[in-house]
Amino acid sequence: MTKVQFSRKNFFALAGALLVYFIIASLLSTGMISKFQEINLMMLGINIILAVSLNLIVGFTGQLALGHAGFMAVGAYVAAVLTLKLHQPFLLAIIAGAVAAAIAGLIIGLPTLRLKGDYLAIATLGFGEIIKGLANNINYIGGAAGMIGIPRLTNWTWVYLMMVVTIIVTVNFINSTHGRACIAIRENEIAAETMGINTTYYKVLAFAMGAFFAGIAGALYAHYFYLIQPTTFTFFRSFDILVMVVFGGLGSITGSIIAAAGITITNAALQDLAVLRMVIYALLLIVIMVFRPQGLMGTGEFTLDRWMPKRGEAGGSAGN
Amino acid sequence: MAGFLQQVINGLSLGSIYALIALGYTMVYGIIQLINFAHGDILMVGAYIGFFAVVYLKLNIWWAFIIAMAGASLLGVIIERVAYKPLRNAPRLAALITAIGMSLLLENGGLMILGTDIRSYPVGTITNKQLPLSFLGIQLTATTLQLLILAVTVVMMIILQYIVHYTWTGKAMRAVSYDRDAARLMGINVDETISVTFALGSAFAAVAGILLGLYYNTIQPLMGIMPGLKAFVAAVIGGIGLIPGAMLGGFALGVFETMVSGYWSSKMRDPIVFILLILILLLKPAGLLGRNNTEKV
Repeated sequence: MTKVQFSRKNFFALAGALLVYFIIASLLSTGMISKFQEINLMMLGINIILAVSLNLIVGFTGQLALGHAGFMAVGAYVAAVLTLKLHQPFLLAIIAGAVAAAIAGLIIGLPTLRLKGDYLAIATLGFGEIIKGLANNINYIGGAAGMIGIPRLTNWTWVYLMMVVTIIVTVNFINSTHGRACIAIRENEIAAETMGINTTYYKVLAFAMGAFFAGIAGALYAHYFYLIQPTTFTFFRSFDILVMVVFGGLGSITGSIIAAAGITITNAALQDLAVLRMVIYALLLIVIMVFRPQGLMGTGEFTLDRWMPKRGEAGGSAGN
Repeated sequence: MAGFLQQVINGLSLGSIYALIALGYTMVYGIIQLINFAHGDILMVGAYIGFFAVVYLKLNIWWAFIIAMAGASLLGVIIERVAYKPLRNAPRLAALITAIGMSLLLENGGLMILGTDIRSYPVGTITNKQLPLSFLGIQLTATTLQLLILAVTVVMMIILQYIVHYTWTGKAMRAVSYDRDAARLMGINVDETISVTFALGSAFAAVAGILLGLYYNTIQPLMGIMPGLKAFVAAVIGGIGLIPGAMLGGFALGVFETMVSGYWSSKMRDPIVFILLILILLLKPAGLLGRNNTEKV
């Protein structure tokens, strides 16, 4: 029953992931991708991590969290302190940043997740502001000026690796007992509780996991852009991530990936129209919510099953 | 001691602005259980309407208040009809995200139309003088602006209390917030009542917006975000959905915030407010004046 099988589907997914990696890596090394495109490529990967991890909280567990930029900030600052001040290896810095963000998620999640959705939204929004305020006040991490001169350790390999890890872990989590419990909470919290699901435990778990990956994204961000400031992580960034999740579909991993990629590319293309762009996003957000509250893709996924002949068992969705 | 009392005076005038904003939040929350994230931005629109009334129409500040209240009420009603009403029976998450979208729309729409320029009400919009006060023999000062803010707030609160408790509309509002379906069965026009609630809340926000613009001497398209969030914190502190709670919470938060920046650090002011929010949610989630209700299935 529990035999771990490396199916054909997994093989194709792995091969596809490696193929994409090598194509872009070779384009980068041959200089086919310009500096500007490279920045956006990195942002694309980081945004996918952020959108997928927020989707776990908002889309799959149904808890509206508006503090994702705060978790990102925790990861960014902790990782930057480790590499810049303590001269530790990058991998350790990423892990430490992610763990710190997860702990922050626990600290904020434990008291607030017992409450209903609206309170959670405002408490997480407040949390983002607390983190920003603390970063502003701690001189060790540069105060309002921020941290400057962070070594540029993030490259395509790191971003891609972390992105794939985030997606695989999230997809497997959702298809596990724990993930099903989270989805049950989203569908009907009271019914889930009646079925014996420890709702607080699973909400906090999803929250901490989402925060963990946001911490990774923050660490990658800090080590690509040299500079992090408290103002880098305002709630506008949290809203940006939320927009991606909503556009892609609340509860669709592939939706989040597509939306994160689409929005990052659109942002790059419409760079000169920053404000107009935000107006359009805001309008779209309202229109989508009014006419299609489940998001563009809903809970649907693009799966490899569609293009592959079914053999015997019909497996779960493979996500990417 | 004099310093402390002076901080109380400063805190009360700031707190009364928070209280005005918090009233709008709490009324809307009480009636449709929605955090109207756009409330802070309606405040901003109100402040600008007042500004244009003073600068271009050469009206005095009292007319500016009235025009701003009318404009903001209209905006509030339109927002409710267009964005929130279709989602009244949708999942809460959808309505909340719509409210965030509306907030982003007003902020960025404001930035697009008005630009990032910081404007301020022309000098002489109100006469602002230092007034010496004496309290138990202690010499204090208050500005006429602070007294104006306090007076306007108190008058608005009395008007609100009158509307809610002594008019048919107020009775309908209380009925809808108590049980929407039962109110509908009793022949109350629920949609109209909700619209009136939005109109009232937005009018209060407009007044708060103008007062805030006078208080900080600046208006800009993003001015509503922070006061909006803090007023929401104030509403939660007092007990969301409760009108006296919003008043108490607003005043309490204003005094608390002034104390933090007076005695500790003005940079710690914003984080401390949100830490306070989380503590309140942890210790007394129903707020200072709220009663804990057990959830019924």
